[in-house]
Amino acid sequence: MDILGMTAVSLGVAIKNKEVTVREAVKAALGRIGEKEKEYHCFVTVDGEGALGKADEVQKRIDEGELTGPLAGVPVAIKDNMCTEGLLTTCASKILGNFIPAFSSEAVRNLQKAGAVILGKTNMDEFAMGSTTETSAFGATKNPWNPAYVPGGSSGGSAAAVAAGECFYALGSDTGGSIRQPASFCGVVGLKPTYGTVSRYGLIAYGSSLDQIGPLCKDVTDCAAVMEVIASHDPKDSTSIERKDLDFTCALVDDVKGMRIGIPRDYFGEGLAGEVKKAVLTATKVLEDKGAIVGEFDLSLVEYAVPAYYTIAAAEASSNLERFDGIKYGYRAKDYKGLHDMYKKTRSEGFGAEVKRRIMLGSFVLSSGYYDAYYLKALKVKALIKKAFDQAFSDYDVILGPVAPTTAPKLGESLADPIKMYLGDIYTISANLAGLPGISIPCGLDKKGLPIGLQLIGDCFNEKKLIRTAYAYEQARGVFGRKDGRQDGKTV
Amino acid sequence: MANIISNETIEYVGILAKLELSEDEKEQAKKDMGRMLDHIDKLRELDTEDVEPMSHLFPVNNVFREDVVTNGDTREELLNNAPGEKNGMFMVPRTFE
Amino acid sequence: MNRQGASLAGRMAGRMGKQYETVIGLEVHVELAAKTKIFCGCSTAFGGEPNTHTCPVCTGMPGSLPVLNKQVLAYAVAVGLAVNGTITRYCKFDRKNYFYPDNPQNYQISQLYLPICRNGKVEIETKEGKKYVGIHEIHMEEDAGKLIHDDREDCSLVDYNRSGVPLIEIVSEPDMRSSEEVIAYLEKLRMIIQYLGVSDCKLQEGSMRVDVNLSVREVGAEQLGSRTEMKNLNSFKAIARAIEGERERQIKLLESGQRVVQETRRWDDGKRESYAMRSKEDAQDYRYFPDPDLPPMVLDDVYLEEIRSRQPEFREEKMARYKEEFDIPEYDIEIITGSKHMADIFEAAVAFGSQPKKVSNWLMVETLRLLKEKGMDPEDIRFSPENLARLIRMTDAKEISGSVAKEVFEVMFDQDVDPEKYVEEKGLKMVNDEAVLKRTVEEVIAANPRSVEDYRKGKERAIGFLVGQTMKAMKGKADPETTNRLLKELLNVVEEPVGVIGSYNPN
Repeated sequence: MDILGMTAVSLGVAIKNKEVTVREAVKAALGRIGEKEKEYHCFVTVDGEGALGKADEVQKRIDEGELTGPLAGVPVAIKDNMCTEGLLTTCASKILGNFIPAFSSEAVRNLQKAGAVILGKTNMDEFAMGSTTETSAFGATKNPWNPAYVPGGSSGGSAAAVAAGECFYALGSDTGGSIRQPASFCGVVGLKPTYGTVSRYGLIAYGSSLDQIGPLCKDVTDCAAVMEVIASHDPKDSTSIERKDLDFTCALVDDVKGMRIGIPRDYFGEGLAGEVKKAVLTATKVLEDKGAIVGEFDLSLVEYAVPAYYTIAAAEASSNLERFDGIKYGYRAKDYKGLHDMYKKTRSEGFGAEVKRRIMLGSFVLSSGYYDAYYLKALKVKALIKKAFDQAFSDYDVILGPVAPTTAPKLGESLADPIKMYLGDIYTISANLAGLPGISIPCGLDKKGLPIGLQLIGDCFNEKKLIRTAYAYEQARGVFGRKDGRQDGKTV
Repeated sequence: MANIISNETIEYVGILAKLELSEDEKEQAKKDMGRMLDHIDKLRELDTEDVEPMSHLFPVNNVFREDVVTNGDTREELLNNAPGEKNGMFMVPRTFE
Repeated sequence: MNRQGASLAGRMAGRMGKQYETVIGLEVHVELAAKTKIFCGCSTAFGGEPNTHTCPVCTGMPGSLPVLNKQVLAYAVAVGLAVNGTITRYCKFDRKNYFYPDNPQNYQISQLYLPICRNGKVEIETKEGKKYVGIHEIHMEEDAGKLIHDDREDCSLVDYNRSGVPLIEIVSEPDMRSSEEVIAYLEKLRMIIQYLGVSDCKLQEGSMRVDVNLSVREVGAEQLGSRTEMKNLNSFKAIARAIEGERERQIKLLESGQRVVQETRRWDDGKRESYAMRSKEDAQDYRYFPDPDLPPMVLDDVYLEEIRSRQPEFREEKMARYKEEFDIPEYDIEIITGSKHMADIFEAAVAFGSQPKKVSNWLMVETLRLLKEKGMDPEDIRFSPENLARLIRMTDAKEISGSVAKEVFEVMFDQDVDPEKYVEEKGLKMVNDEAVLKRTVEEVIAANPRSVEDYRKGKERAIGFLVGQTMKAMKGKADPETTNRLLKELLNVVEEPVGVIGSYNPN
């Protein structure tokens, strides 16, 4: 049986039907990791021993009928910015290089309650700051479709691990596109839920008002199934929202008749690669043919999203990352003279260049005399952007566009020009500013053989419309990538 | 570049953020921050006179916890990750001259 | 207290011919009496081993998030209403960013932009008369941990047990002009807060902390001078001394043509001087912004009405009611209502059936004496009103003598024993057995011929001494009336045995 070719839900079924044991599934994934990790470097930490131990425990609970959910026994990879009790959690930073949390994040706990087996922690841009997974202190992750290219970021390790078959699904986090963009670059499905749907407790914060945890999966069905498990109202997270509509798999319906799909003209203008544009518009045609009502409109304010986003994210990050000071956990500089020197040396040695860049910017925009001009202004623009979306959703159920202006860039090409890199987030960050759900689903390959992603954005709490639309598209599109179901462009 | 970041500004931000930059890093930081601020200045094109700043997205208010003790002693776990520890406390460079 | 300061300032005024006015505003931090911390379920109890009342939230662990303690908001609103403030209906928390080891996140969750209360005022009274002190704002915030300095290893140690303990900060307007006004204001605030049961407000223990903002200006000047902020003030006396000290220091600077530098200074009460807490690493730029982890608080009329309806009877109302209800001296009323705790004990003991006057006596005499002796505050009283009521009943019923009652009260004061049980166990009941008493009285008469002689010569007072001796011999348990009667009987038996006995028929 080709275990690695299975989706998470199909593997779950096979385990339930005793066609595959949990141990076999874990071993298959670990085998694939052993085979491919040297090349792709998807993980910061692989916990093979822990996973095998957990596999037997979960198997027992499945056999005793205690675990009955669709993901029971299915191995998962977790982005390394989510705390996992007893398991190294680094945020891909030297400053947390030795940090072992005493508790697990709520999303991880929800997975564990559903019988998930954690294979390890995936690589990412340091503190989720980046779009390529190259800012990791532990080396870049490579795109399994072509290792000369980046997997995207910041959840690049999670996306690449799913694409490479090193896990059956993964958790990522999305502050400005960090789930959707790597999903797009790696040819997998990634969903960023409405802000407040998945608890942020245990997620090491980057931009607290923007961060959301979500799944990276082989298909839309897996995404819906994982969402049902990780979404919960958590009293430990004051921004967590109590929702009664968490039955996401109900939306796996192949029917988009009458679905109003809005195409923002602003998302198809200058800067968008021709191949990406073509693939996205082709996908739109597919949905139209299935009965969706497609219309074009002007979203407006699109060019203001990037500056507003970077102001807010950097400001929150500068404060969130203050706790990394060499006192309570993590790295502490070896030589220093007194307290303040210890702080400065620890942080200067412990953080990488991109993190420092954002901390500096964030400290500046909050500093005395600049708060109103920068930070407060950005919060006002955020309000305007939210209003523009509210307006759009009075006419449309779903907004459709590209995920990123281009397919994955080559390794080493992006970091030299940060602004250019930031502008690569232009289509994804608005959803974070406005708290909206968004999904990225593969819709083609470019000439280089790299995946192209289609993005659907919904109104708050309308994940189901996204899932339904994406599922219908996926049914029409058929299996993406290789015929054996592995979403990995390389031949074995 | 419209925004010229001075040495003093970089020094000052370094004090706020507790970051010590090398001379090269400082030059780079001045350039990067200047360019980012130029980019952010684009926001000034928008009239936001009557717009309320949006710090919280949803009208979710009044999230409270009951005043009931739920946590016990977890000191051992707490200190497990500490770079310096003594007598059940975190050890830091002396804070008083 | 301020004679030296006044005379020095006077000398200066004389020399330069200028008169100065002191302008004082206070920042008062009050630790709230909530059971748990402001943003996590850790206990706020004192006295735990270091770092044993901590969790990921109050130690700034990565991934932890704050959730507001409901009680903290209710307490803050109660104080805001009690000082006649305007409650902020849409209220938020902000982060105050600064690096220090006692601040685990390196930002303190506090309030700057939308504090819970603004524009309050309280009335104070000094020798100069009555006046209002304005309250600029009240905000909620979290306390910091504790730093212990380890000289042996030349380092500091951090204990986060106090980290996250809920505080309110009450910021006054610069409305005070003297240390008398400052003390009157602080006493008023403390009274209000203690009456609300929101804090015990102890300066020595740090549950009330006062920072003094002070500037001086020439009398008649409109503009305020540069101010300094004084910290480390652990008693009302220290506050008064710091105010005088700082006033002098600033006047001296101005008189010698120097400027007052706006800065934070630490008062050393032992040396009676202050020094600047300066650090070039300290930019004083806190980069406040709304905390994205904590949703806003929206307070409607229903909520405010609920808090308002639970407000206690404050001191002024209580004093007026006592005057109406209880026949006790005005002075007693003032002392008793000066402490909410003492007033509670008074009212509860009366409710248990004790005569108000008797309860008041126990509080005014024995209680105050013991408090003074032990250096305690009325808030520290531990005996229950029920036990006090029992003690009064036993005395009324002549089950114990007055001296035994005092003895029992001392034990009660320390350990809150049940006086009935205690008297029973220790066998302290009044002895009324005539045979036993008579034997003792005879012994006392035999042992004190001088006093007997004196009495017989007409010195009535001598009998008091003999009663005392009998009491002493009986360890205070002798019924004084019976003892008195028996003594007189036995002393008089020689001269007029029949008549006296005959005239002394208890029935």
